[in-house]
Amino acid sequence: MIVSYDLLVNALIAGVLLGGFYVAVTVGISIAFGILDIVNIAHVAFIILGAYIAYIVNLHFGLDPILVGIVTLPAFYALGAVVYQIYYLSFERRGQEALRGLAFFFGLLFITEVGLILVFGVDYRYVSAIYVGPSLRLGIADFPLRMVVPCVAALVMFGVLQLFLSRTFTGRAIMAVSQDPLALRLMAVDPIRIKRIAFGISVATAGIAGALLIVIQPVEPSVGREFIGRVFAIAVLGGLGSLPGTVVGAMLLGIMESLTATFYGPSWAPAVAFGFLLLTLAFRPQGILGR
Amino acid sequence: MAAILEVEQVGKRFGGFVALDGIDLAVQEGERLGLIGPNGSGKSTLVNCICGTLTNEAGSVRFQGRRLDGLPAYKRTRLGLARSFQLPRPFTSLTVSENVRIPLLYTVNAREHRLTSAGIDDRCAELIGLVGLQDKAEARPVDLTQVDMRKLELARAMAADPKLLIADEAMAGLSHSEIEDILKLLLRLNERGVTIIMIEHIMSAVMSFSQRLVVLVSGRKIADGAPQEVVRNPEVVGAYLGQ
Amino acid sequence: MRWTNFFLIAAVVAALGVAATQFSSNDYYFFAAYVVLQYVVLATAWNILGGYAGYVNFGSAAFFAAGAYSTVVVHKLYPLPLPLLIVFSGIVAGLIGFGTGYLTLRLRGVFFAIATLALAVVLQTLIINWDFVGGSRGAYIIRPHTFPLLGSYMKYMFLVMLGLAIVAVSVARLIERSWLGYGLAAIRDDEFAAEASGVPTLRLKLVATAVSGAFMGMAGSPFPYIIGYVEPSSTFNLAYAVNAIAMPMIGGTSTWIGPVIGAILLGTIQQVATVTISSAVNLLIVGLVLVAFVIIAPNGLVGLAQSWMRKRK
Repeated sequence: MIVSYDLLVNALIAGVLLGGFYVAVTVGISIAFGILDIVNIAHVAFIILGAYIAYIVNLHFGLDPILVGIVTLPAFYALGAVVYQIYYLSFERRGQEALRGLAFFFGLLFITEVGLILVFGVDYRYVSAIYVGPSLRLGIADFPLRMVVPCVAALVMFGVLQLFLSRTFTGRAIMAVSQDPLALRLMAVDPIRIKRIAFGISVATAGIAGALLIVIQPVEPSVGREFIGRVFAIAVLGGLGSLPGTVVGAMLLGIMESLTATFYGPSWAPAVAFGFLLLTLAFRPQGILGR
Repeated sequence: MAAILEVEQVGKRFGGFVALDGIDLAVQEGERLGLIGPNGSGKSTLVNCICGTLTNEAGSVRFQGRRLDGLPAYKRTRLGLARSFQLPRPFTSLTVSENVRIPLLYTVNAREHRLTSAGIDDRCAELIGLVGLQDKAEARPVDLTQVDMRKLELARAMAADPKLLIADEAMAGLSHSEIEDILKLLLRLNERGVTIIMIEHIMSAVMSFSQRLVVLVSGRKIADGAPQEVVRNPEVVGAYLGQ
Repeated sequence: MRWTNFFLIAAVVAALGVAATQFSSNDYYFFAAYVVLQYVVLATAWNILGGYAGYVNFGSAAFFAAGAYSTVVVHKLYPLPLPLLIVFSGIVAGLIGFGTGYLTLRLRGVFFAIATLALAVVLQTLIINWDFVGGSRGAYIIRPHTFPLLGSYMKYMFLVMLGLAIVAVSVARLIERSWLGYGLAAIRDDEFAAEASGVPTLRLKLVATAVSGAFMGMAGSPFPYIIGYVEPSSTFNLAYAVNAIAMPMIGGTSTWIGPVIGAILLGTIQQVATVTISSAVNLLIVGLVLVAFVIIAPNGLVGLAQSWMRKRK
């Protein structure tokens, strides 16, 4: 097979940009699943919810979708805190998170998706912003701004989170909550409160990720399901609980998907994530950066 | 007497932490062995490596002359190597009698002579009687007291009809008379020919029970011999007082 | 309930089903009953793994679709009688369950759950790209119109699904009361302790996954004949995945009767609701009821009934 050089270059660029966006989609799962051990499969539904909020505000007030994502952060944080409180009281405290906790999040995923269908229908929705159309060209390389802007925004969000987790007291408590609950108690920190904060942050990232998603592609309620395989593939691939690993996993998957879409057709792309996930689970469940 | 269990140069690491460092240990058939050591010295890790819950990276474990390396835990149980857990781990949705039934169905019935369903009921009742839980046969584990939970743990381990029983802190948190109960029970099992390794913090219990005492400190074996001599060993005294 | 009583009731149910085909000629009733019975099979199948062993399968829709598309493939090559199609679909879906389980069941249960979620997406991707079965456009399947002795083919499919439901429930009950059921319960409660008690955990989980997957595939097998036009989005409908979980959870997961009660109840409500209100609203209701039950009544209706009886004593 003769691979056209500029096709390959552009597929790689698109892959890296896509991977950057995947960081935003996955970082919440890395916190919830990797650090708190809460398998929040409803995360992707919250992302779609974020996309629709960005859409509706953008449509009526012309506000920039990413700005909407930032403005609605507190609302998503509160949503996360409430969901965690219910989860803690009903499942975690009773030791029933395995079966019923999973069913709970599955129910939330489903309710959110069907709720969105009832309100907005199943038509694709999109947003308008100055960076949605144009593209930067450097030689043969093509940088579509609707990919560049979300990628940059995602990496900025990741950097802020990383700083927060490593530099602040609360952030360090979050990192310690799963490994050393005893130390937290000795520091007079309530682990439940720390987990609630962490889960709130995790869901808050979904709001931003949703806004970025609808910049990249039109959205309809069931799009979220395609992301379930992706986010867990990336989180597991990167090594659970490792935030730098999340970036590596996201980039790898973005590039693989982009190459697959370019050379085999976009309809095959969703299968890449699953293949990655299954192979990782089967042969290297501790992830690439794990010990 | 022949050795029933031979542990040779067994090593285990967790990341950079050396949990077990070249452990050698031989247990004779019918013996009562005490295994002691400070918290985190590697006692439970050693038990887990012997029983197949963890895999040791170095060394080998032999049971009745047969190499166990690579065998999954359930196969080791079927060979006659049973253990009780440090924190009781009952099957919470099953009754006491059903808890004991599981190893009967999966070990005794996996060997040559299968029991009939009446035979299983009889064995169940016998084992529950042996540990004195006959009045609570139909109770669920949540309704059991601490000591009853320990007894259930032992009854379940015994149901596998083991040749070697490893009792991992079967007496922690029990009162003096309850400890006596469990000790009597273990002695009775030993009289029936079961080899027993007792891991324990309660020194009076280990000293009265064991014929031989082994001490682990920081993943290494530092003493192995008659109990009275071992506890006078300066290194052992140092390890316990100096920590 | 003893086996003799169980089979007596099963025989009466079967006889009533046969009698019904002689007294009514309205195909719609048989269609509605067929759908409810299909959910009895799906919920019972889910519960063999989810309820007995505690491993959550989110990909019921994938197994259902695997069964449906097996039928499409065989139908295009050489149309077999319905019962043989069902057996074939069961084998295909059972193998898919075995394969997914083999790769992921060594790990913690959540990884299996996640893998089944992704499995649905991937199987759908495969089908969309497979032109032989119609790809994303779908395929028309023309079923026979009549069946000897019964008249309409719908009545025949109703009876076949009734038979399948009885078989599935009997198998579930058989597993529950056997050494296999005890072993699965031990796995659900404490996998380490189960292994230490001599239970070959991986092997048992694989058996449960394969059996569960096979029955889900069998439930989906006649689906192409029912709707006549098979396309990916209706076959991989999330409604199957949600109902397969919601029905056992609402009925109660610890015994075979729970999924049956849940399926009959939720299935019937949905049949009525689809006619009177929109299907999206009715799915929303299923989701809300599922969440409400796992929070408020974790042991389902059977659990509620049991604790009520205990209180009366």
